[in-house]
Formats: sequence, structure tokens, C-alpha cells
Amino acid sequence: MARPAPRDPRFASSLPASVRGVNRRTLLSGALGAGALFGAGSLAGCGSDDSPSTSGGGASAKAGNVKFGVNEAKGSGPAYERLQGMADAYAKKEGVQVSVNAVDHNTFQESITTYLQGSPDDVFTWFAGFRMSQFAEAGQIADLSDVWPIDGMSDAFKQASTASDGKQYFVPISYYPWAVFYRPSVFEKNGWTEPKTMDELNALMTDMQGKKITPFAFAAKDAWAPMGTFDILNMRLNGFDFHMQLTKGEQKWDSPEVKKVFETWKTLLPYHQENSLGRTWQEAATSMSKGECGMYLLGTFVVDGVPTEAQEDLDFFTFPALDSTIGADALDAPIDGFCVAEGAQDTEAGKAFIKWLGSAEAADAGNNAGSAPFIAANSGASTAKYGALQKKSVEVVQNAKNIAQFLDRDTNADLANTVVTVALQDFIKNPNDIDKVTSSIQQQAASILG
Amino acid sequence: MATRTARRQSRRVEKKRGARDRLVISLMIGVPTILVVWLVWLPAVASVALSFTKWNGFKFSSIQWVGTKNYVDIATIYPPFWPAIQHNLIWLVFLFVLPTILGVVLAVVLDREMWGSRFYQTAFYLPVVLSLALVGFIWQLFYSTDQGLINELFKGNVDWYGDPDVNLWAVLVATAWRHTGYIMLIYLAGLKGVDGSLREAAAVDGANEVKTFFNVIFPVMRPINMIVLVIVVIESLRAFDLVWIINKGRNGLELISALVSQNVIGEATRYGFGSALAVIMMVISSVFITIYLRIVFREDRR
Repeated sequence: MARPAPRDPRFASSLPASVRGVNRRTLLSGALGAGALFGAGSLAGCGSDDSPSTSGGGASAKAGNVKFGVNEAKGSGPAYERLQGMADAYAKKEGVQVSVNAVDHNTFQESITTYLQGSPDDVFTWFAGFRMSQFAEAGQIADLSDVWPIDGMSDAFKQASTASDGKQYFVPISYYPWAVFYRPSVFEKNGWTEPKTMDELNALMTDMQGKKITPFAFAAKDAWAPMGTFDILNMRLNGFDFHMQLTKGEQKWDSPEVKKVFETWKTLLPYHQENSLGRTWQEAATSMSKGECGMYLLGTFVVDGVPTEAQEDLDFFTFPALDSTIGADALDAPIDGFCVAEGAQDTEAGKAFIKWLGSAEAADAGNNAGSAPFIAANSGASTAKYGALQKKSVEVVQNAKNIAQFLDRDTNADLANTVVTVALQDFIKNPNDIDKVTSSIQQQAASILG
Repeated sequence: MATRTARRQSRRVEKKRGARDRLVISLMIGVPTILVVWLVWLPAVASVALSFTKWNGFKFSSIQWVGTKNYVDIATIYPPFWPAIQHNLIWLVFLFVLPTILGVVLAVVLDREMWGSRFYQTAFYLPVVLSLALVGFIWQLFYSTDQGLINELFKGNVDWYGDPDVNLWAVLVATAWRHTGYIMLIYLAGLKGVDGSLREAAAVDGANEVKTFFNVIFPVMRPINMIVLVIVVIESLRAFDLVWIINKGRNGLELISALVSQNVIGEATRYGFGSALAVIMMVISSVFITIYLRIVFREDRR
């Protein structure tokens, strides 16, 4: 299959990876895996009749040369190495060419709209949630329902790959949970243990303050960072269903439920690091690793913000229940994966590639190529390279009943990026005026969504 | 007879040239016109049109007409807008007051060719060469709350980039650091061009240094002053890069240009809303451009 020579030059030049972009996505995460029955097998012969089979070679195979848009700049770290590793493995297996178009993480994300409407790569890295769904609605990404089901992908992952029209448009590769991180050595020295209930957490925070340690490291310079706190409080206080309805615009932002989230957050703010609006999450992670702060609520990418010697000394627990009727079985675990661009040159070859990318084989190829592993979405993937953190992440996510993506991945992008970001920072600036914050979000939400 | 033939010949030559000239002229006018229309006027008109719509950037068919809703929303329920206007004005006034005056003073001092003036000239001009993104990074080393030089030296705990009461001024200082050198160089070049005999004449008349500068040199420098004025206005209107790299123009660093970008660049695709903000910015710029052009034309007429 000869194909015309390369590439829209716009994305060929990749900027130096910005610290935040690369790190945030340097995933360490794993798989929502129920039933690891079919695991790591090759894809030969799997899939429904009409799905493009990647195996077998010969005339029936639709595998062809593909262009692969990757949201990690060349040489930017483990995340790039894993994606390149997967591309190489597929090229070798199928005897096709995979041209990797590596773009800096933030640049890729910020140019996505123009990228998809220009001449996009056949397959590109993207995220689950509203971020995927909006492109499905706009007809920018290809219907992948004939690629599903994928062996080793649980129903939860299929659900996360499904857009509002009930069809799948996404193939997951990895995920990473958000949880409360701490240094076991610091806890041990002070005789602290992981709090199981809110009372225990309160006692722990008071004790930390008594010992001149700030209980929670906190950063809000990047406007997405405080969303993690909002998510967990909303899911603990109002439950997962309310949280998802809120992100979909089916609940009001100035409802008593949302106000309660902010009220609770306000009581917790004195236990958080001050001056958070000028601090990056890397700086916050550093203060936790130095022992100045006791805990930090963040995704597992927190390890990228702590010095190497402290990386081994890191553990986490999920945020305790605030309401016993709701419990603590929901959490944020954003899923990363791939889409096939509708405007791509060869959608069929793209589908063949993306089906393979969902396999345990692909996840293993990625993890074998990267200097640090991600947590594979496919339950058949090998966990041999996982460290203690990843193994625990798998366990925590498996035990979770409900998984949210993250506020800015679940919510309408316009609302999340131009309104909620500003409002959360306003709240942190002035926690006393909750009514003003919530009514401002609601007014704008009504205007944007209505 | 002879003259007649000559005249006729010359007319024929004129005609012949005329055809070729016309082609050249129409090309020379046509190509730039197409470019200007395509790259300047079309986008400008499209922005104005889009500012009355709601559009997510996909497919023209999804454009919805919403009338003046975007403008109403901006003025009433969009919290960052009024702070942004205010910050742009502060930016303008500040650039006029501090870096411009400082730059002029530095230029006057350095113009006196004292020992080491070349060195200082280079030192003051150096920041201008740096991109604002780099300037932001350099100042981050001073301003960082936990790891920055200023807080470390003075044992302070000021959140320079994060505290919304302080961060605009912190950013303005960083901008001034760069802007001063720029103004200084332009002014220095102007001063070098001032006729030395003017100074001599002033000295003969017994004017002191200060009087010479304000009564003789400064008026002579009128064209340079004009350029400086225009540069300051342009710089303050297009101020963007520094606040964008610091926190994307949020939390005390709102500027209209940053708000436009927040709404149309990246994942938020509020093209209508963003266009309305851009139109507001265009209107404000036009006020300054009109004033400037009037002054320039009046000057020409003299």
C-alpha cells in the first residue's frame, strides 16, 4: 500500500516539552481490570466478523501504513518512549510503516481543534470523557464500534469509550488514579497511620499542625490542579451520580449540594498550604517530599515532582468517606488512549492499528520500551514492570465502584476551561463568598450550555 | 515635421510602456491588496461577524446567530472582563511612567560617553533580546514563593506571582526590565542624531544641562518622542506573552488579549465569545490608532 509522502508540517516541529505538560501525563497507571481471563494473547482471530482483523497477513488483513499522532515530544521521557515502543512493535509485527508525529503535550492539546480539521494523523493519542465525546458529536473522530469488544477490556472501559450516541469512539491504553499521597517514612517517624475515616483524618491534620507540618500540600497556579479537590469532595458529599450529572449540566452549579462542597472545602482550606495560587504542583510535591507538608492529593504523576530518592518512599490512600450513606468508593482515574481521526487518509488502517493498540500485547510493548511503566487498561497486560505504587493503583481502582475522568475531562470544555477554572481560583482567593462563586458559574453555565 | 514625428513616436512609446507598466502596476497593487484583504480585512470582518454568533469551530453549519448576547455576557456575567480592562490601562500608564522615563534618563546619561558607557549600554539592552517567555522564566527564579531569590533574601513569604494584589506589579517590573532597555536604545540613537551645534549654541547662551535638555534637545527629538509614544501604546495593548506563560492570564493577571486566547485557543472553543472580546480590543486599539494617524497627518501637512 503505497501512500503519498508525509505530513502536514504544522505539527512536525515539536516545541521543547514544557515541564508541566510532560509530567502531568507521565503516567504510572494501570488497568481497570475485571476478569483477566483472555489476557495477553495476540489478536489473531479475535473481534467480531466485520471488525478489521490485524492479524493473519495476506489479502484479508487491512493493516496498512499508518500515521500516528503522539502527544509527547520526542525524547520527553517515559511517556514518549512507550508510545514509540508501541509504534515500533506494530510496525515490526505487521510489516507496515508507522510514522510517528510527536508533538509537545500542551501544544498538541491546545491545537487539537485545528489539528482534527486539517490533515490529522490516522490514529492519535487522546482522552476519554467529554473530551472524546465532543469530537464524536462534531463528527471529527471515527466510529469504532466495530473495533469493540476488545479482549481484556472491561465494561467500565467500554463505557468510558462510549460517546453520547451510544457508540464507541475511543480505545483506552492506561489510566492513573488521584489519591492522597504521603511519605511512609514521615508517617512512621511521627507515629501516624493512614486515616480510614474523616474523624481520623481530622485528628491527623490537627496533630500535623501541632508538629508544625502543613497537613496538605496544595497548588492552584495551574487552574486544573484544584479541580481534583473539588471532584473528590463532590463525590464524597453528593455521590458519583450527582457529580456526573453536574458535569453534564443536568444539575445546577448554584445548588445547595455544590455550595456544600465549597463550604466543606472552606473548612479544609486552613489545613492546606497557603499561597497556593502562585505554586505549581511540582513545587507542592517538593514540599511534601521535604516533609514540610504531610500529604498531597494528586494523580500518581506526583512521583515526577519528587526527587528520585523520595520516589521509593511514597504511598497513598483514598480520601475517606464524608457521608456514610455515600461511602468512599468513587474516585478520579483519568483514562488515556487513542482515537481514529475522521479526516484521516486511511481510516481502515487506523482501525486495524487502534484495535492492536488496545491489546495486552501493545501495552506490554509500551511498558517494555519505557523506562517507567504506565498502568495498562488491558487486564491481560503484564504487571511485571509495575512498582508498588502501580500495583496499589490497580487494586484501588479495581475496588472503586465508580470512576470519574476529572472535572476538565468530564465537563463541557468551554465551561471547564473558561469558567470553572476562574471560579475555583476565585474561591481559593476569597473562600467567604461562596454564593457569588456558585452563582457566577451557574449564570455562565446557563449561557454556554443553553 | 520632425517634431511632429518625434511627438508621435514618443506617444507610441508611451503607449507601449503603458501596457507593460499597467501590468506591473496592477501586479504591484493587486498582489498586496489581495494579501491585505485576505489576511487583514477578511479575518477582521469575520471576527466582527462571528462575535454575534455561537460557534464551536467545527463545520460552518453549526454557527448559530445569537445577536448581542456575547457582548451582554461579557459586560455582565463574565467576571474576568472588567479587571482585564483595568489591567490593560494600568499597564499603559505604568509603561509610560516608569520604563519610558527611566529609559530616557539612561539614554541621556549614557549619551555623555562616560567611562564604561558601552558596557552599561549593552547590559541595559540585553533583556530586549530575550523573548518574553524567557523573561518570565528568569523572573520566576526571583519570584517563586518557596524557592525564589527575593523571598529567600528577605525571609519573606510573598506569593509574587500568585497573590492577585501583587502579581500584576511583579509582572510589570519584569516587563519594565525589558522595556527600559528598548526605550533607552531608541532614545540613544535619537540623541546621537542631534546636531552638536545646538548644544554648543545653548551652552554659549548660558543654559545649564537641564535647561538645554528640556528647551532644546527634547523639542528637537519630537519624531523620536512620537515613536516612543506609539511603541508604548502598542506594547501595552499587545501585552500578552508574559502573563500567558505565568498563569494563562488568570487570577489577577487578566488582560484582554489573554482572555481572547483563553476562549479560542486550546480546548475551549468559544469562537463567538472570543471574537466579541477581540472586537472590543480592536475598538480600543482603533481609538489610539486614530489619534496617532491624525497627529502624523497633521505633521505631514505642515
